[in-house]
Amino acid sequence: MAHPENPTLLQTAGLTAHYGDFQALFGVDIRVAAGETIAIIGANGAGKTTLLRAISGVLRSAPGMVTFDGQNIGHLPADRITPLGIAMVPEGRKLFASLSVEENLLIGAHARKTAGPWNLETVYALFPVLRERRSQPGTALSGGQQQMVAIGRALMSNPRLLLCDEISLGLAPVVIRDIYAAMPLIRQGGASVVIVEQDIGQALKVADRVYCMMEGRVTLEGTPDSLSREAIHDAYFGAHA
Amino acid sequence: MIWLDTIIQGILLGGLYALFAAGLSLVFGIMRLVNLAHGDLIVLAAYVILLAVSLGGLHPFVAVLVAAPLMFGVGWALQRFVLNRVIGKDILPPLLVTFGLSVVIQNALQEGFSADSQRIPAGPLETASINLGPVTVGVMPLLTFISAVGVILTLQWLFYRTALGRAFRATSDDPVTASLMGIRPDAIFAKATGIAMVVVTIAALYLGTRSNFDPTIGPARLIYAFEAVIIGGLGSLWGTLAGGVIIGVAQTLGAAINPQWQILAGHVAFLIVLLVRPRGLFPRHVD
Repeated sequence: MAHPENPTLLQTAGLTAHYGDFQALFGVDIRVAAGETIAIIGANGAGKTTLLRAISGVLRSAPGMVTFDGQNIGHLPADRITPLGIAMVPEGRKLFASLSVEENLLIGAHARKTAGPWNLETVYALFPVLRERRSQPGTALSGGQQQMVAIGRALMSNPRLLLCDEISLGLAPVVIRDIYAAMPLIRQGGASVVIVEQDIGQALKVADRVYCMMEGRVTLEGTPDSLSREAIHDAYFGAHA
Repeated sequence: MIWLDTIIQGILLGGLYALFAAGLSLVFGIMRLVNLAHGDLIVLAAYVILLAVSLGGLHPFVAVLVAAPLMFGVGWALQRFVLNRVIGKDILPPLLVTFGLSVVIQNALQEGFSADSQRIPAGPLETASINLGPVTVGVMPLLTFISAVGVILTLQWLFYRTALGRAFRATSDDPVTASLMGIRPDAIFAKATGIAMVVVTIAALYLGTRSNFDPTIGPARLIYAFEAVIIGGLGSLWGTLAGGVIIGVAQTLGAAINPQWQILAGHVAFLIVLLVRPRGLFPRHVD
């Protein structure tokens, strides 16, 4: 299950990020091994989404702050990082409104047409409801179905690293369970996964390792069974005042 | 049969306006950029065709094949090196830059070709006509209309049936998320403007063979193009054709009643449509 001893796929070293004058990350160090699933948890504003935006290239940083498969990518824009094999399921799903469900999936493979476990057929097999609604506009679907499209769209590039930002946000518990039920199959496909979640229970269930963030820093790291509820509580909200 | 004839001539004239407008509609639809130099770029393309005809001895319809790739390059470079720097949330900078570009193109053309009016010679085609039952139509107006429909069909196919079109629409929806798909918005915009300039070249062929042109007529053509785009609904290609036809028919009907009313009737039709349907006839659902 856990492969922390596998070769490193992604590493951040002293990663900082800014929105204008506001600094959102203060030297974040995380490591993702090949085939590993890690969860990043933390309260609102802890910097989780910013971390994913910095890894995916939406926010630029210094070259060596992010390395992927031994290559410095911190300075690259998103459109050059995706072809290397990093795909993102963005917060809020961000489906393309003027594209149908199937077109939304197809565009996931626009810049990276790599043979692998994922194509239209296997994505439809993973989320059968999408096949029925393939020709509808992506935005006509329910929230859960839209999230499935967003995940399928990211899988279509057969990424080596899949970044999932708040995929349970705003969804009913039963829908969240359906979506997380796909996680084992996605892992079987061989991709490493980084899951950002506010829903700690969900995150701890699927992750090999967990990073907890607070105010732009990593405050706790470990395997789910090694972390006590209290330690997570402290790392999440700050130590007991 | 005078009314039928007038309406058919108006529809065919609408094809010319739709050609003027299609490139404008394409660029606006993808990047919300209003190009005030569009009319001058049509005139520039007409001079490029004229050069190929007069220096290269080519037939105008062959000269288009030479001019189109050149104009694609002009559009690509214009977008890549100039317009990409000014598009953004604020719509004013691109308006100012393209307005300036309009002045620059007009003056450069006057320097290079003088203010004399020119015409692209098309030989016997210019006066050829065919009988279609009760009406006789000129071959050039008919070719213009067929080209307009062909251009719109091709753009429609490109937009909705190709991977490039998918990337166009996705980038238009959300450039940041598009970049997460490995699409480079800058490069997509440059291709779009390049394609718009190919359409501009086709428009220039008919502008230059059907009437005289000089370096300063661009803005007057731009007005018809704008009206066609707005009547049709911003960003809708078939709407742009419909808009062109409405203006064309209004102009020929106006002229049939009183020759002085030709231009006025087109503008009045535009205003009436705006009163009844402020967002145009076929507005895009997603905005």
